[in-house]
Amino acid sequence: MRISTLFYTIRQGIRNIARNKLFSLASIATIGACLFLFGIFYAVLFNFQNIVRTAQEGVSVTIFFEKYTTDARMQEIGDQISKMDEVSKIVFVSADEAWEGFRDEYLGEYADGYTDNPLIDSANYQIYLSDVSMQPALVTYLESIEEVRKVNRSEMAAATLSGVNALIAYATAGIIGILFAVSIFLISNTVAIGISVRKEEINIMKYIGATDFFVRSPFVIEGILIGVVGSAIPLVLVYMLYNRVIEYIVGNFATLSQLLAFLPVEELFRTLVPVSIAMGAGIGFLGSITTVRKHLRV
Amino acid sequence: MGNEEIITLENVSKAYATGAPALNGVNLHIKRGEFVFVVGDSGSGKSTLIKLLLRELIPTSGHINVMGYDLGRLRHRKIPKFRRNIGIVFQDFRLLKELTVYDNVAFAQRVIQVSNKDIKRNVPSILATVGLAGKYKAKPRQLSGGEQQRVALARALVNRPGILLADEPTGNLDPKNSWEIMKLLEQINENGTTVIIVTHNREIVNAMQKRVVTMKRGVIVSDEEKGGYADED
Repeated sequence: MRISTLFYTIRQGIRNIARNKLFSLASIATIGACLFLFGIFYAVLFNFQNIVRTAQEGVSVTIFFEKYTTDARMQEIGDQISKMDEVSKIVFVSADEAWEGFRDEYLGEYADGYTDNPLIDSANYQIYLSDVSMQPALVTYLESIEEVRKVNRSEMAAATLSGVNALIAYATAGIIGILFAVSIFLISNTVAIGISVRKEEINIMKYIGATDFFVRSPFVIEGILIGVVGSAIPLVLVYMLYNRVIEYIVGNFATLSQLLAFLPVEELFRTLVPVSIAMGAGIGFLGSITTVRKHLRV
Repeated sequence: MGNEEIITLENVSKAYATGAPALNGVNLHIKRGEFVFVVGDSGSGKSTLIKLLLRELIPTSGHINVMGYDLGRLRHRKIPKFRRNIGIVFQDFRLLKELTVYDNVAFAQRVIQVSNKDIKRNVPSILATVGLAGKYKAKPRQLSGGEQQRVALARALVNRPGILLADEPTGNLDPKNSWEIMKLLEQINENGTTVIIVTHNREIVNAMQKRVVTMKRGVIVSDEEKGGYADED
């Protein structure tokens, strides 16, 4: 394609939008609304995943050993566990360390009465997971080791974190799916109207010998432009809103803000900008190409 | 006029899904550089003939060959290239109202992706040929019917087609403008373009003494060199 033809096609695409202002605006607004919601859900999901990740790092499984377990065997078991994919970190706490920790935290000066270590059987491993949903499988494995006397874990924390994470992801996918369908439908209508307005011109083009590609391209460009403009507006809105919402939460819900670690807007936008623009352009392309194929038999 | 056949129709029939056949066993041979009138009443098959020659329709049976293209076998993607060999003008001009005279003609070149440099050279030249060099900035609504038809002719000719099809080119014009358009078409033909005119204009057909193909109810009833408009029976 010649450069002049490319510019001509883009100009025609822009002309289509200008000729059909009302429907173009409606389409831009719908895509904008769709991607605005996407931006918000993405921001929530992204932050929630960060919070879950932080929380997961704190969820651990602790194993205690039978009396007869030798140090060498404990070391061997520790090595095996640390090699597992779902394990992010493993910390060995010796019986002495366990006693020191307990004494410092709970007994203070009253501990002076103890000459021997009462927690002599309490050497343990604290195992941290990279994915908290893998906890049940790991526990099953740990319980099957003969020398393991007891496995301590928090099923509740693991199940809740995994469940909420999945729920947000499914809800986001569902809502965005519906909005995408509406956007594609509206773009499709906009392009169909553009085609009917330019029917005479298209007929002349056909008689003169325009290729299918030449006739169709301005409409596809129109759809893509609508999609890209529709994606830019919500990005600006989300950018402006994000910091304000975080400031509001931090300012008004002090307890909550101590628990939650919010990500900076720059980190969020590193992914959100290309994803939103690609989705806007993709919706525009899909909406226009399907309509052009259906209504423009050239 | 050369001896090379540029249009060949052999035993061509076209039947629509509903109703009687629009064309029935038509045979027609047109040589390069000919000037041909196609005449006939409404429903005689003239429009179907034009659509077949443009490959807007394909025949139900028979063979059509235009400038070496077998239209019955022409693949969809090859149609644009084929149509660049044919210029067409209509009774209602079909100009783009919001474009100037220059841009209406340039449009035909842009559509087939001619470079801007060539467009700037070709458009003024063809506008001069049709006598509209001074009106290149005008919009169609600022022109008379005759002038609008000249713009349409310039648009049809700017890509230098081998064949010019004119479907009732004087249908919307007064006698003076009709004759001017006909003289222009004759001049275009003298420069080597094969011209086929579908018309109802009895006076022009009788006066010009060109080849006349008369159609009736989907068949060719007469084909005369230097013919005239056949009287109704």
